Amino acid sequence: MSANKEATPALEVHNLTATYDRQPVLWDIDFSLPEGSLAGILGPNGSGKTTLLRNIMGLMQPDSGYVRLLGQDLAKVRAQVSYVPQRESVDWNFPVSVSEVVAMGRYGPGKLLRRLRRPDRDIIEEAMEKTGILPLAHRHISQLSGGQQQRVFIARALAQQAQIYLMDEPFVGVDAATEEAILNLLGEMKDRGQTVIMVHHDLQTAQDYFDQAVLLQTRLVAAGPVETVLNKENLQQAYGGRLNVLSKVGQLAAEKQFPLREKAFRERKKPAHGEGD
Amino acid sequence: MEKVIDFLSFQDPTVRLVVAGTVLLSISAAVVGCFAYLRKRALVGDALAHSLLPGVAMAFLFSGQKDPWLLLLGAMVSGWLALGAMELIQQHTKLASETAIALVLSVFFGFGVLMLTYLQHHGGGDQAGLDQFLFGNAASMRSSDLYAYGLVGMVLLVIIGAFYKELKLYCFDPDHAQAIGLPTRGLRYLLNTMTVLATAIGIQSVGVVLMAALLITPAATARFWSYRLRTMLFLAALGGAVAGLGGSFASYLAPAMPTGPWIVMVLSFLALVSIFLAPRVGIFARMWRQRQNQRKIIRENLLKAFYHGLENREGDQAWLSRPEWQEQRHLPEWEWQIGFRQLRRHRWILRRSGHYRLTERGLAEARRVVRLHRLWELYLSRYLALGKDHLHPGAESIEHLITPEVEKELLRELDYPEQDPHRSPIPYKS
Amino acid sequence: MTIEGLYIIIAAMLIAASSALVGSFLILRKMSMMGDAISHAVLPGIVFAFLLSGSRAGLPMLMGAAATGVLASLLIELLYRKAQLPQDASIGITFTWLFALGVILISSYTGQVDLDQECVLYGEIALVPLDWLYTGAGGALAPRAIVYGVVLLLVVGLYLLLGYRGLVITSFQNDFAAALGISTAFWHFSFMSLVSVTTVLSFETVGAILILAFLVVPPATAYLMTHRLPVMLVWAVFWGLLAAVEGYFLARWIDGSIAGAMASVAGLNFMGVALVKQALKRKKRATALHTAAVK
Repeated sequence: MSANKEATPALEVHNLTATYDRQPVLWDIDFSLPEGSLAGILGPNGSGKTTLLRNIMGLMQPDSGYVRLLGQDLAKVRAQVSYVPQRESVDWNFPVSVSEVVAMGRYGPGKLLRRLRRPDRDIIEEAMEKTGILPLAHRHISQLSGGQQQRVFIARALAQQAQIYLMDEPFVGVDAATEEAILNLLGEMKDRGQTVIMVHHDLQTAQDYFDQAVLLQTRLVAAGPVETVLNKENLQQAYGGRLNVLSKVGQLAAEKQFPLREKAFRERKKPAHGEGD
Repeated sequence: MEKVIDFLSFQDPTVRLVVAGTVLLSISAAVVGCFAYLRKRALVGDALAHSLLPGVAMAFLFSGQKDPWLLLLGAMVSGWLALGAMELIQQHTKLASETAIALVLSVFFGFGVLMLTYLQHHGGGDQAGLDQFLFGNAASMRSSDLYAYGLVGMVLLVIIGAFYKELKLYCFDPDHAQAIGLPTRGLRYLLNTMTVLATAIGIQSVGVVLMAALLITPAATARFWSYRLRTMLFLAALGGAVAGLGGSFASYLAPAMPTGPWIVMVLSFLALVSIFLAPRVGIFARMWRQRQNQRKIIRENLLKAFYHGLENREGDQAWLSRPEWQEQRHLPEWEWQIGFRQLRRHRWILRRSGHYRLTERGLAEARRVVRLHRLWELYLSRYLALGKDHLHPGAESIEHLITPEVEKELLRELDYPEQDPHRSPIPYKS
Repeated sequence: MTIEGLYIIIAAMLIAASSALVGSFLILRKMSMMGDAISHAVLPGIVFAFLLSGSRAGLPMLMGAAATGVLASLLIELLYRKAQLPQDASIGITFTWLFALGVILISSYTGQVDLDQECVLYGEIALVPLDWLYTGAGGALAPRAIVYGVVLLLVVGLYLLLGYRGLVITSFQNDFAAALGISTAFWHFSFMSLVSVTTVLSFETVGAILILAFLVVPPATAYLMTHRLPVMLVWAVFWGLLAAVEGYFLARWIDGSIAGAMASVAGLNFMGVALVKQALKRKKRATALHTAAVK
């Protein structure tokens, strides 16, 4: 917190605890990422990477803690935040074309009734051009390769023209060319001062791709500049199995249906700092 | 009233027969339904039941009479056709399995209705009896029907008994079953055949439309009471039996009434009761546990506040006034009220003219809570990469949860520390 | 064809067209069985509407009955979340219970409710020409079922016109829609209400179970034929209308239930399209293999 006093962080996660069926999947996660960073959320399978993303996007209500994006509640800055879900999360047989999916990036709560306007169309085309799928605009989405499908999602995110991009495993099942193309795009976005935060599972490439990293193992192992996070000791902690005591306490909580936070300390909304012992 | 006594005394041999038959049918459907439920194929059972209608009508069309064996055969044929159609649609088209089920259900049923109405307009004999397949009518079953269906029901129960282990393995983990060399394909066919048969005989008492309830509801109800398959099967059978009894009773009192809806009402009532009353997972049990949890939290928070009061006091008097105590922690007044009562009941505090002190056991308890709080803070700061100013909220609540066993492990892991991250001493037994 | 036959066909076509539109989204949202559940669950609501308003329930009353369908979807949600039952079991328990309640009500008030057990299942489309709606002045307006059908088509058309985008985006990817700040609950429940209204207004004509055939089968047929949603909607309506017409003549021919015949031919149409589709796929694969071999 002390390092980045001069600017509001792009993302601030504050004491976030999340559970499924009362079984904690994220314990007291607390970190922040500076604006303009290209950050990877890393960790073994089942370490809560996707859950963290879903909590940030407000798709899950955390048990306690809160999230700030650009120093604000999500509701206030929603237009500045773009979400790219996992590729498997949709039925690719759904009867829509590539351009129709990308156009969804221009929808919003108040914009469902009217037709898209000319500027919207221009933005959509540009997004498709940037991701190299403009020639496929009228194809049906089931006729695309995995890499192309991912590009469609990225194009849709670009069409949102947001400040922060949250992506869930965008490199899974894509070809090398697509990975390269997406990386270049991300680099450009970073240069424009936009923030990209993605769930990533390949440690090998993490060092090269990101400048910030968040290492998870249901708890936060480390967060910060990638070279300080990805050291041997941290990786050992993250991948060397769960913490015995922590998972036992988690089980206890699920068994006894015990709240992980007392009501007074949930502080989902207001950061009312109560110092205690 | 007289009729009620008549029914319950089981004097009338036809009553006995009908009751025995209905109960047996319901039991076998409920038991087979458990397996469908566990395989998450409950709605396939629903679709199957609807799909039997054309087969039943067809059998009647060809034979001109209600021969139970022929009806069973017809039901088998159309049941298998429906299953096959569902599978083909799922494999060869992009339609979701859900859609395939709904499609087969509605088309087969529509075809069945077409045939049924055709029969009503053209057929001779007692075609009126076919209506009972829609909503079931236990009382109208003849003894020859009952023997046939009862026999099938018995056979189903015997088969389940014989292949219990294999079926159990297959339902809980088909991949594992395959890996250890069980004939999973055969087991699937067996289960499907049993579902078709159970549905075919079940529709005699509940009818096609509500058959789903006889397959699903007893299984779901039993699941609330036990996670062991054996117990679950037994309880589902019991639920089915009670519902069968209720249905035939209703049918006896009002012969014009269809049995099916009454059976379903009984089943649903049992389910509702279970949802609320079941131990551990029932809604009341959960509410009770939450209340207990909350009480524990309140009373331990009060103890902790008292301990802080002792730490902050001047000198070493053991008595604190109520304001001295309450200023340690801001809790709503009602929580203090509940807490006081709880502490008194546990005999953890003593009171003397507005001042309080902890008893021996109370003090030990207070120490334990404070110790756990500080240990957990230490644990959080060491393992969860949390800054000092973020530790406190995480340790609240967890301190009330940790059991002695976990505490021992925590101590070992932290190597019996002396101070928490805020440099407060960690109180041990002494 | 007689004028009575024409009334029946028009009533069926109106229902078929509305159901095809609603059903297309139902299968895209993978909620066909939810549709099945709702079509059963509205029964007690309808019976109450009949009991409260005498022999024939009026339109406002039936709209109230549609609330039962929404209630059922809430109940299913509740069983799933609070009682932690699997989704399919929640559906099964809820709709059988409500439907059983409805049937019991019908049998207990046979004199007062102009519905019987069979009608509940497969409707009384043959009676369409006999039940007329009158204007205030006493003049005949049109058969009741046709008036209801027109109202239904208008409601469905209006909803889709206004809600097309919202429905598409929430059906395609609910999470993404939620991330955009779109109220997914609003779209879910408004759509469930639409399904309820559709089943309630078609109930007397085609019954609880055969409405499912109209909701699911024509859209499923259309879904196999195209990759474009607007085209799919048009085809779905086409197959619905075709089934209505074919079904009527089949039923006349063999003298059976009209609604049952419509469901049967809808199934046959589906089978035909699926087989053609399959044959084309095989042919394509064969040519592909052939060209690969030549190369």
